[in-house]
Amino acid sequence: MRDIRLLHQMFIPGTLIGPFTQANPGLGGVCTFVGEVRYDQGVEALELTHYEPLTLPGMHELADRAFARFELMGLLMVHRVGVLRPGEPIVCVSAAALHRRDAIDAVDFCMDHLKSAAWFWKREKRDGQWHWIEPREQDHSDLARWQA
Amino acid sequence: MVTIVFLGKLADLAGAPSLQLSAPLDWAGLKAALPSALAEAVDDPRNRVALNGALIADKAGLQAGEGDEIALLPPVSGG
Repeated sequence: MRDIRLLHQMFIPGTLIGPFTQANPGLGGVCTFVGEVRYDQGVEALELTHYEPLTLPGMHELADRAFARFELMGLLMVHRVGVLRPGEPIVCVSAAALHRRDAIDAVDFCMDHLKSAAWFWKREKRDGQWHWIEPREQDHSDLARWQA
Repeated sequence: MVTIVFLGKLADLAGAPSLQLSAPLDWAGLKAALPSALAEAVDDPRNRVALNGALIADKAGLQAGEGDEIALLPPVSGG
């Protein structure tokens, strides 16, 4: 079961994870990560911009790589775009597999790539002003973990 | 016409998310049509270019025709 989506509206991760788990009968394990907009000092909102022709196809390519690299039964990968408030879910990745290591590692792999290499541009609003978020050194080291 | 789409910070520099320029359009023609600060920014090798949704390896070799869409893509934001 493969479910890769961009969402423009707030979502409730549990409403996706339950059906996803049900859709993979016989699984040995399911691992789920949900990312939320942090309550950072002074941050009122986070906005994610995407570029339609690249962003969703890029997520599908990432899913292909996860299926090629790990023994997966299913993969759910959902990412928000638009304006989000602190506390709102921004990303949900869930992997179902016969064995736990594949599920856990596939989620870790997808998250590192979604955060550092997927086509999203983020800006945050502090004190009424928007500020673009720049790439971080940590993102490169997160990706390097998977290059061996 | 050729549609130029600006992503991230480049949209701020452009003052709009997109603009239309006459076809045909090459890289020099595109830069000449942009405000100088933006023309300089798009030359930065960290900023990538896509033509009709496909990344191009050599932006100096860009050739866009009628109905094409050029996207100017700054580095993606991290976590």
